[in-house]
Formats: sequence, C-alpha cells, structure tokens
Amino acid sequence: MNSFFQESLFAGVTISLLAYLAGSFLKKKFKLGILNPLLISIVITILVLVVADVDYDTYDAGAKYLSWFLTPATVCLAIPLYEQWQLLKRHWRAVLLGILAGVFTSMGTVFVLSLLLGLSHQEYVTLLPKSITTAIGMGLSEELGGYVTITVAVIVVTGVLGNIMGEAICKIFRITDPIAKGLAFGASSHAIGTAKAMELGEVEGAMSSLAIAVTGLLTVVFSSVFAGLL
Amino acid sequence: MKFLKQFLIILVITFMGEGLKYLLPLPIPASIYGMVLLFLALMTGIVKLESVRDAGKFLIEIMPVMFIPAGVGLMVSWGVLKPMLLPVSLITVVSLITAAAATGLVSQTVIRKEQKKTEKAEGKEQADE
Repeated sequence: MNSFFQESLFAGVTISLLAYLAGSFLKKKFKLGILNPLLISIVITILVLVVADVDYDTYDAGAKYLSWFLTPATVCLAIPLYEQWQLLKRHWRAVLLGILAGVFTSMGTVFVLSLLLGLSHQEYVTLLPKSITTAIGMGLSEELGGYVTITVAVIVVTGVLGNIMGEAICKIFRITDPIAKGLAFGASSHAIGTAKAMELGEVEGAMSSLAIAVTGLLTVVFSSVFAGLL
Repeated sequence: MKFLKQFLIILVITFMGEGLKYLLPLPIPASIYGMVLLFLALMTGIVKLESVRDAGKFLIEIMPVMFIPAGVGLMVSWGVLKPMLLPVSLITVVSLITAAAATGLVSQTVIRKEQKKTEKAEGKEQADE
C-alpha cells in the first residue's frame, strides 16, 4: 500500500487539486485572506507527502504537468492586456512611473535591510530578484552570483504572500484605483499575485500582467547597479 | 473542438516564443517573448480575439493551480533556506509591502493628477463656449 502511494503518478496531483478546491470552498465560506486556496493546497500537499514519506521527485513526476501549463498560460496574459489596451495607452505615464517606483523600492528595501542585518554579498544578491517572475529571477540570481535555489524559494514565497496580503496592503495604503491596484500586485508579486489580481477585475488583471513583464525587465536592467552597493 | 483549436493557436505562439528565446538569448523567459508575440498578433489582427479568448481565459483562471508544484518544492529547498530563515523572511515580507505600496501610490497619484488636468481642461473648454 505504502509503496503504491510512493510510486503513484496521480496521487500527488489529485491531493493538490482536492486541497485547492477545499481551500476555495473554505475561503468562500469564511472570507478570510489567510484561507488562500494556493497556500492551503501547498501546505496540505507538503504535509501529506511528508507523512506518507513520498519524495518530491515522485510527486513532481506527476505534478510537472501542472507546471507545464504555466508558459502557455503566461502567454495568454496578452489577452487581457489587449482588451485593456486603450486604458493602458491613456495611462502609460502612471504605469511606467509606478512600476519604476516599485522596482527601486523593492531593491532599495532589500539593500537597506541586508545592510542592517549584516547579510553577505552573496546572500544579498540572492534576494534582489525576489519580486520578479521565476524564469527571469532564476537567471538573474545566477548571473549576480546568488544562491539560485533560495532565490526560487523566496520568489515563490513572495508570490504567495502577495496573493494573500495584496488586498490588505492596498486597503492600508488607500490604493483604490483599479489600475494602481493591478500594478501593485504585478510589480510586487509577479504571476502568483497576478492570479489574485485577475479575480479582482479585468483592469486589475491586465495591469498586473503588464507589470510582470515590465518589472522583470527593469529589475534586470537596474540590478547590476544595486548589486554593486553591498 | 473549439477549445482544441484555440489551445493549438496558443501553443503555436508559445512555441514561437521558445524559438525567439533561442534566437535572442536575453535573460527573458520564453513565456514573456510569447506574451509579446500574442499581443502583437492580436493588435495586427493576425490572430482574432475570439479565436483564443475562451481557452486563454480558462488557462488564466486556473493559473494559481499551476504554481502548486513550485510551492510544494519548498520542502526540498527548506534545508538551504533554514539557516537564513529569519533575515530572509523579514526582508521578503517588508520589501513586498514597500514595493506594492510604492507602485500603487505612485501610479494612483499620477492617474489622479492626470484626471484633474483633463477635468480642468474640459471645464475651461466649457467656459470658453
């Protein structure tokens, strides 16, 4: 029985999706930000894998097909972008300035805190790409000489946290404009945050999608300047 | 059949994004190249919105699910992360908040300023009439 579980291709993904749906149900019922379906699914899946003593590699042999869809899904983010093109064109200044502010604040905060906490150069550059999409962040971390595994982990955690906390952050700072909200999600927590922005509305989703690409590119451009600081 | 056709178009563009990444190996993932390609195809009318919309919206809707494997992967990177957990967590949370707030506030301020300007301009036009 145990070895069956340990080798099953479908057990892991089934558990992940079940946990995701359970999370969606709980969230609808209790309307609490912490009951985030993505977070619940990740936690339950890890617990089940640890308890049943299943290797991540075994899980991933089935789950990699979920990840496989990420590239075409990211490509599809062009659709809301196209649908909101007029709005985007009208507000290009706000979009560009907002994202620039986000990129500098993100890397600036990482710099100041790394300095205060006494992190090494390698630890510091590991964290610089934390707000951008994994595919760009991995390459950037490698180029800057960071620990790539940690960068990936921090990027995922940032995304999940953004997905959970984004609405609260917007509320606290009185960010109510749908364009500004979408940009805040995309620039701070890439595609995982964008998944949340999509749920808030079409404008939020489109702006968040755009912010993923622009934030990624600007971070690549300015990271070398920031990397030299510490 | 409709979904299959739409998905095929999306896959062709994704594949072209991969190709472009191969030709222009900048530190940009194939997905972003593909996103730009699909956007250009929609703008020029090479791909009609209706011929990708339903499958595309479905993929976007289920997107959070696609991040589950990466999240579960944290159980593997846990060992490396553990020794620097405290500073990393602190930096992650604080910079998330500052980055989101800065982006949102700056763009919101610019939008409101622009709106005021157009309102003023419109008001002036009305006064001139």
